[in-house]
Amino acid sequence: MALTGLFLCVFLIAHLAGNLQLLDMSPEGRLKFNAYAKFMTTFPLVKAVSYLLYFSILFHAFDGLLLATQNRKARPVRYAYEKAGANSTWYSRRMALLGTLVLVFLIIHMRSFWYEMHWGAIGVDADGNKDLFAVVEAAFGKAWYVGLYVVMMGVLAFHLMHGFQSAFQSLGLNHPRYMPLVKNVGVFFAVVVPVLFALIPVWMFFFNA
Amino acid sequence: MKLTLKIWRQSGPNDKGRMETYPIDGIEEDMSFLEMIDVLNLKLVREGKDPVAFDHDCREGICGSCSMFINGQAHGPGRGITTCQLHMRRFKDGDTIHIEPWRSAAFPVIKDLVVDRSAFDRIQAAGGFISVNTSGNLVDGNATPIPKDDADEAFDAATCIGCGACVATCTNGSAMLFVAAKVSQFALLPQGRPEAKHRVLNMVEQMDKEGFGNCSNTGACEIECPKEISLEHIARMNREYLAASVTKE
Repeated sequence: MALTGLFLCVFLIAHLAGNLQLLDMSPEGRLKFNAYAKFMTTFPLVKAVSYLLYFSILFHAFDGLLLATQNRKARPVRYAYEKAGANSTWYSRRMALLGTLVLVFLIIHMRSFWYEMHWGAIGVDADGNKDLFAVVEAAFGKAWYVGLYVVMMGVLAFHLMHGFQSAFQSLGLNHPRYMPLVKNVGVFFAVVVPVLFALIPVWMFFFNA
Repeated sequence: MKLTLKIWRQSGPNDKGRMETYPIDGIEEDMSFLEMIDVLNLKLVREGKDPVAFDHDCREGICGSCSMFINGQAHGPGRGITTCQLHMRRFKDGDTIHIEPWRSAAFPVIKDLVVDRSAFDRIQAAGGFISVNTSGNLVDGNATPIPKDDADEAFDAATCIGCGACVATCTNGSAMLFVAAKVSQFALLPQGRPEAKHRVLNMVEQMDKEGFGNCSNTGACEIECPKEISLEHIARMNREYLAASVTKE
């Protein structure tokens, strides 16, 4: 859980760095993004890493499901009165729910772009590359779709808020000297990454002439 | 003090059980929580009713018997205390207090608030000890130098009283803090090293067999632990477990 989670965190950084190119909506920016999308779907090393990524997503999801099922079984009779907020954060206790929401979002997200890029009927741009920018542009022209992205990035933020530092603890990497740093980096990561991701659809919705 | 108690009543392991309401009067704020239950039980006995069964022994916070989930928290409100160290001054006149047994598949209810915690004994038996021949060849404790910090940390882990509050409070019903404390107290000391690998592997295996849940690092156990045992011990056990898993023969 921890290893795949941290790998997915690294992926988020790479994914974010690439997709921030979408903020440049000039004709050259569009061509550049499409060329980048072609590179990401054809370069062998990237392709190899992408299979590791698919595996990590599936492993993280199935392992999470298995752990959540075991955890449910571990307390067959619930408390009539529980004051869990006194000793832990709500999002640390709701990682399975948050993770499920992130997975549902991922399916929608991959159907919209990943599937289209690989198997959809996409036009080509001036350079002859698949015009993924146009697909993204059309999707982020819809207010409900942009809204979904913003809300789901909030969900991701809470998942990361606990998940990042929790992964270190699970791997045994807890040291009084470094744990405050890990926790602070985790909070920073959990806020900045989803906010920047959410910025892309919002930006494209409002600033696309 | 006048209070309304809502207490879990269950006549035996096979009874379904239910919350029952008991009004109680004449409670003084200097009473411990267990003394308040004593007053209630005296009243129930006088009325010819079945008293509330609950575990208790030392009544000074070191035996770990008094397992009660009070108003949604293991051992009630307050940090670093067991139920016997909880005083009625923490409550107000007219309060309603919910009292439930530890809830865990691995801690089946025996009667009312009494649960069977022998799962912890079986985990201990799986490796929570060091094998020392004590007949005639005792070694002076101070003959083996141990860094003070390690000794202190091992002692912190060893303060675990096996009460089960960590399991009771964990949203996953995980016993990681208990097992981590038992693993840590030996892992930090030279006397514990020879059997360290088998200890952590066997104790974790037994923990899983008993049906406890998985740790998701919410940190609730550390907050509710009457001995305030740190999550760092869980990280240490994770390190020990990982290392033992990849190097076992």
